[in-house]
Amino acid sequence: MTSAAGIAPPAEAPPPARSAWRLILRNRLAAAGLVVLASIILLALVTPLLPLHPPNATAPANRLLPPFSDGHLLGTDHLGRDILARLMWGTRLSLAVGISATFIAALIGSVIGILAGYTGGRTDNTMMRGIDMLMAFPYILLALAIVAVLGPGLFNALIAVAIVNIPFFARNIRGATVGIVHREFIDAARLSGKGRLRILAADVLPNVLPVIVITMSTTVGWMILETAGLSFLGLGSQPPQADLGSMLGEGRRLLMNAPHVSYLPGLVIFLIVMSINLLGDGVRDALDPRLRAGALARPAPMTAIDRTDMGTDVAPVDAPLSVDHLTTQFRLGSDTHHAVNEVSLSLGRGECLGVIGESGSGKSVTALSLAALVASPPGVIAGGRVLLHGSDLLSKSARELRKVRGRDVAYIFQDPLSTLHPQFTVGDQLVEAIRAHRHMSRAAAWAEAVRLLDLVRIPNPRGRARAYPHELSGGMRQRVGIAMALANAPEIIVADEPTTALDVTVQAQVLDLMDELRRDRDTAVLFITHDFGVVTQICDRVAVMYAGRIVETGPTRQVLEDPAHPYTRKLIDCVPVLGSGRRRFDAISGLPPAANRLPRGCAFAERCELADAACRAGPIAMHEIAAGRQARCVRPLAGTS
Amino acid sequence: MTAYVFKRLVALIPVLLGLSIIVFAIMALIPGDPALAILGAYATPENVARLNRQLGLDQPLPLQYLTWLGNILTGDFGRSYSLNRPVIDEVLERFQATLVLAGAALVLCTLWGVLAGIVAAVRQYGWADRIVTFIVLVGISIPSFWLGLLLILLFAVELRWLPASGMYSVYGGGDLPDLLRHLVLPAVTLSAVAAGVIARLTRSAMLEVLRQDFIRTARAKGVGERGVVYRHALKAAMVSVVPVIGVQAGFVLSGAVYIETVFQWPGIGRMLVNAISTRDILLVQGGVLVVAASYVLFNLCADVVQHLLDPRVQA
Repeated sequence: MTSAAGIAPPAEAPPPARSAWRLILRNRLAAAGLVVLASIILLALVTPLLPLHPPNATAPANRLLPPFSDGHLLGTDHLGRDILARLMWGTRLSLAVGISATFIAALIGSVIGILAGYTGGRTDNTMMRGIDMLMAFPYILLALAIVAVLGPGLFNALIAVAIVNIPFFARNIRGATVGIVHREFIDAARLSGKGRLRILAADVLPNVLPVIVITMSTTVGWMILETAGLSFLGLGSQPPQADLGSMLGEGRRLLMNAPHVSYLPGLVIFLIVMSINLLGDGVRDALDPRLRAGALARPAPMTAIDRTDMGTDVAPVDAPLSVDHLTTQFRLGSDTHHAVNEVSLSLGRGECLGVIGESGSGKSVTALSLAALVASPPGVIAGGRVLLHGSDLLSKSARELRKVRGRDVAYIFQDPLSTLHPQFTVGDQLVEAIRAHRHMSRAAAWAEAVRLLDLVRIPNPRGRARAYPHELSGGMRQRVGIAMALANAPEIIVADEPTTALDVTVQAQVLDLMDELRRDRDTAVLFITHDFGVVTQICDRVAVMYAGRIVETGPTRQVLEDPAHPYTRKLIDCVPVLGSGRRRFDAISGLPPAANRLPRGCAFAERCELADAACRAGPIAMHEIAAGRQARCVRPLAGTS
Repeated sequence: MTAYVFKRLVALIPVLLGLSIIVFAIMALIPGDPALAILGAYATPENVARLNRQLGLDQPLPLQYLTWLGNILTGDFGRSYSLNRPVIDEVLERFQATLVLAGAALVLCTLWGVLAGIVAAVRQYGWADRIVTFIVLVGISIPSFWLGLLLILLFAVELRWLPASGMYSVYGGGDLPDLLRHLVLPAVTLSAVAAGVIARLTRSAMLEVLRQDFIRTARAKGVGERGVVYRHALKAAMVSVVPVIGVQAGFVLSGAVYIETVFQWPGIGRMLVNAISTRDILLVQGGVLVVAASYVLFNLCADVVQHLLDPRVQA
């Protein structure tokens, strides 16, 4: 369980077509692209109906008229031809050629892609090798070679551009085909005795069609540019026929004295391609669920803080760390997920407090909130205080907070393969941790890093310091993570499921090591876990979390032997006991409530056999059930004296 | 490392062979009789047959290919009939000019593509991001040959700051400053599209990386925001950006065809366009082959750099 993953919204299905349209229209740039493109296409379609000059009628007397001349709105070219008329007819031709090339490339590329993907094996291999070969050519070069063979001409340029683009279609559509070819409905079609062609046409094609359409939308702009380019070089349309590219090519020679002849056709090409790209980006964004979920937003250096409730006014208990009514939310659009709700806890000097709960109970988010490390957006700390010796960490600036992180409060994370930087050696990463807070030469820091590796009992620390994380075993990596947390001898270590990714024997070794080190150094540890076995082994006290709230807290042994909250009871019952022979519950029936729809009353009521109306009536307060023990339950199982 | 490079070099052999087969096949598809094309319309049938025999064109195609390949490997690309000199000499000479132009453009597009991408990622959804996104969109939508013309109009015709065309001044030029002055406009034009693509990719790669767990670890250690962005995130993002720079080399070499024509740069792109117009097939063949091979080599370099950047990538 890493950070926000537990409360992230479920992957959404693609939006219905209508809402996608609405999204495109809401994206102003995409809408502008759509309007410009639609206007250009409309104008190109009605060009023959408009009262224009004939595009190829020369009039030497009227040569090179500037724009806004009488009768020639955009002026004339070197042969006295009306530029407006030529532009409109040229646009028509360029669009027709670009779009035809797209359809040809899409047709041939899709056939190759579907056949290769559906057939698989040798045929697939041979076809794709050929496609790779074609892609090894710089783009235009292949088109040039083809035009060299076929000879200059607009139709040949069209063919060349289409061929050059076939590989893109073949690759994308093969990928999509491979993705569906082993799905049940294809197997069913095959078993029903349908012919191969019918399966391809009736079952495969409709499913890869979206990919074909998307590839077309991303390549059509390129193809219009490329055909225009070949015409510009004189290898495409031949006079008197003119597309936008050849108009630009002819105009180039008059650049010095009549620049309008060349910049107008270029401007039209630019407008067409730009509007296609705007629209294409808009469509892509509209269809990308990650963008809508805010999953592509850049996380800020610290969690956004927007506190409506500053916790209680009660003077902080005399503890290195005390957390007071901490509330953390994930705000996704209009939806708010309540990950952590008014969590209060305190950590005494040298104490080890376990926070235990299921996935999604908010325990990791609690841990990350302490140093404002929750990714934001979408995370927001909406209330409470985190007091380090009485001073509130959450009212510090990012700059001040930086000095606390790693020096006073250090973290050990779950999976060191993803939490250590893959491209730096572990020694470098330790050096960085040391030098972030201590003025020390690199050499001295390196020696210190080696000492730390030795401290966490990594054999041959001098050599291992030069290793990259992926070169170490899981247990070794976690020891590096521990060494990194110890680098500045912090007063508090927050360990977020540090042993979950390890196998049982290694887990025991790492726990022993942590226990020993914290006792030696009198370090307080907040230990996040979902494993009661781990809690028993290392924690002095334990806090049980459910649906973002602490539901019970007390000394480890008392809570374990005599749980007060029905949830704690069930959680303990889930732990298999080796050799006890007693029949245990496999799991707790039902699911925790969704974090964006928490009930008013007890969040566990729906899964609790003892629940009644009082449990559901309203918020339930945490209350003392025995000395040092608290529970959030109207009818606790223990300490009811 | 050496082993990796060696392995990649060996893997190049089939790719280069494939390239040569495609180039040969395309040229073999040319309709009409080359001997007739060389000798002209008034050639006698005997002369045509004799020339065909001399050129080896009466042999079966696979044999022709092997002979041709053997010649290529010994540096014999044939003789350009329009220039009346060995193809290899002309191609290498022109290719040097293209390398200068494409190399400069590639450095430029990497430089401002990566910079713009970082700025856009760091200031995501801010003004800098919007401006970069807009410029990028213009960059990848603008026809490069038109952009070149506009730059000539502005900087050479109106402002007279820079020369409009050529590689060296006709009079009194020829030194490095002269070359650089001529290089500015075409190199900037050529880098526009590729810079846009690289900027887009850098932006999305940075945003992707900034959400990774190891970035949170860096923050938890107390590393400052600069260190997080420029040391941790950038290094990780470059792993996916570098191969794309390799691919952009292909677009830059392609774009050089247009830009060399617009700026009268004496490179291989302009040579190819002229050779196609004069139907000098051997020259086209040699040019295409050399450029394609250099592109393949460049991609290899990009892969090696990626390998150096990321110790996990194993080939």
